[in-house]
Amino acid sequence: MDGGIASLPLLHVDGLSVDFVTREATVHAVSDATFNLKPGEVLCLLGESGSGKSVTLRALMRLLPEKRARIAGKVTLGGRDVLALQGNALRSFRGGTVAMIFQEPMTALDPVYTIGQHLMEAIRRHKGGSRAEARKRAIELLDLVKIPSPERRIDAYPHELSGGLRQRAMIALALSCGPQLLLADEPTTALDATVQIQVLVLLRRLQKELGMSTIFVTHDLGVAAEIADRVAVMYAGRIIEEGPVDDVLRAPLHPYTAGLLASTVHDQSPDQDIAAIPGSPPDLRRLPPGCSFAPRCAKALPACNDGFPHPTYPVADRMVRCWRALPL
Amino acid sequence: MSDQAILSAPGAAAEYDSAPATKVRGYWQSVAYRLSHDWITLIFGAVVLVIILIAVFAPLLAPFDPYAQSIVGRLKPMGWRGHPLGTDELGRDMLSRLIYGGRISLIMGLAPVAIAVMIGGTLGVIGGFAGKVANTAIMRTMDVFYAFPSILLAVAISGAMGGGIFNGIISLSLVFIPAMCRVAETATSQVKNLDYIEAARASGAGTFAIIRHHVLGNVLGPVFIYASSLVSVSILLASGLSFLGLGVQPPEPDWGLMLSTLRQSIYVDPLGCAMPGIAIFITSICFNLVSDGVRAAMDVRI
Repeated sequence: MDGGIASLPLLHVDGLSVDFVTREATVHAVSDATFNLKPGEVLCLLGESGSGKSVTLRALMRLLPEKRARIAGKVTLGGRDVLALQGNALRSFRGGTVAMIFQEPMTALDPVYTIGQHLMEAIRRHKGGSRAEARKRAIELLDLVKIPSPERRIDAYPHELSGGLRQRAMIALALSCGPQLLLADEPTTALDATVQIQVLVLLRRLQKELGMSTIFVTHDLGVAAEIADRVAVMYAGRIIEEGPVDDVLRAPLHPYTAGLLASTVHDQSPDQDIAAIPGSPPDLRRLPPGCSFAPRCAKALPACNDGFPHPTYPVADRMVRCWRALPL
Repeated sequence: MSDQAILSAPGAAAEYDSAPATKVRGYWQSVAYRLSHDWITLIFGAVVLVIILIAVFAPLLAPFDPYAQSIVGRLKPMGWRGHPLGTDELGRDMLSRLIYGGRISLIMGLAPVAIAVMIGGTLGVIGGFAGKVANTAIMRTMDVFYAFPSILLAVAISGAMGGGIFNGIISLSLVFIPAMCRVAETATSQVKNLDYIEAARASGAGTFAIIRHHVLGNVLGPVFIYASSLVSVSILLASGLSFLGLGVQPPEPDWGLMLSTLRQSIYVDPLGCAMPGIAIFITSICFNLVSDGVRAAMDVRI
């Protein structure tokens, strides 16, 4: 796919919806998410807990339990229909075409295998080759993610590494088979602040060097500003605003994005209150008929409660779903 | 000490970024290290080894034929006519019978546990990893067996099938399978929902590969530890069955059976009567303590 036309999106997600069906209720975890991702681009999915960020990622990788998760919409990656993949094609798609970095490096590595065994298993699964070749490649990967003395660390068990090193090993594992798309599910949330920056810088550098498209899930606006080309803000399962990172974070169009930005801690004096958004997110089992943010929105109009706003494009390359945003 | 040597091996220049070289020894090496410093386990492990060796080389070690009876030499004390531990109620050499009895006791201790690990472990992993229906079917069936006290279940099955070593092994296996299954199921369902299973799936592993590498790798530890603690239980239960006449049949030399037949002469020869009991006690406590020591060294919680 590398030789394709550069402007053509690598990933095309159209109207993706994920419902979790249980006997008692249906949870609308993701509703009608639409976005594109160009080769080499970094998209940040931004939103609070339970807004559907992680579910969107898992849907892209088909990791959701097939019985309970009802997925609708269309996901195309490099011309292939992801939602139709089955069996072997699905298994080589996972890990080979798309790779994922998990939030908790502590639990995402199997404690009974060494780092090297993890890497070699994935390499040999996707690329084949002898054990010696796989080991050599594994050491290269550990070197690539800047793990010091990789020849020795390759035989370390996960518990013998620090959190930062473990997350680096996790990144190496994700990169082991040269994916076109990297999904990162809050990869820095579980790390110390100092290590967070190191891992972010590393991810950004690797992403540039290897030219991977990346979807990065976070609830940290600072992280988004650091790493993203574009951001998509999610609220109650919907993408409510999407656009280039600088524009969205400097001049948010949606009142929710504006509220998020206003509630961050920056240069205020210590005695000043932080502007919080009143209320709490809606119950995903019973979404309001209109805009799901309207009950908390200071700028809500009567029309807001009638129907969810359609995507509008008030400025080129920016999408927002809010009646208020139309006249900029 | 040797770790220090490895650290400073390549060049004297301090490697700043490799300072915390955490790689010291692998898992099994550290288990071996901990075991080598645990004297109690080592001593009892040596006793277990001796018992096993005695059982294996029984024909070479036994001074007399364990079946040879003597009507004049019944219930003789230690040292009588070259019988180191005396004779039993039919004039057979006590030491030889104890030595040969060890063979049967070890078989009865190990075989049912091995069978239970294979069958119960497999069922448990399937039950833990598969969906709700398979889990319910397997685990509720096991619960039915659980409802009986183990000795009662063993007695009932042996009684229904008749005596003999083979039937004894089968009945004890059936007693252990539910417990083994429960341990494997618990360990599997704990592992199943951890991130690394999802991570393995995310890197393209199929269900079979996930079970083989990630589930078994994490489940075998607790299963093995639990199995080792069952060996002594199995020896005790087997002796109990033989004592009740449901296990090994006369004239086979079995500790439980010997205990049962010598019981009648307890007022005549209390020491001789106690000997098979002492053998059972030593063997089962040694297996128990070794199992405890290995568990501590492997640091696996059941």
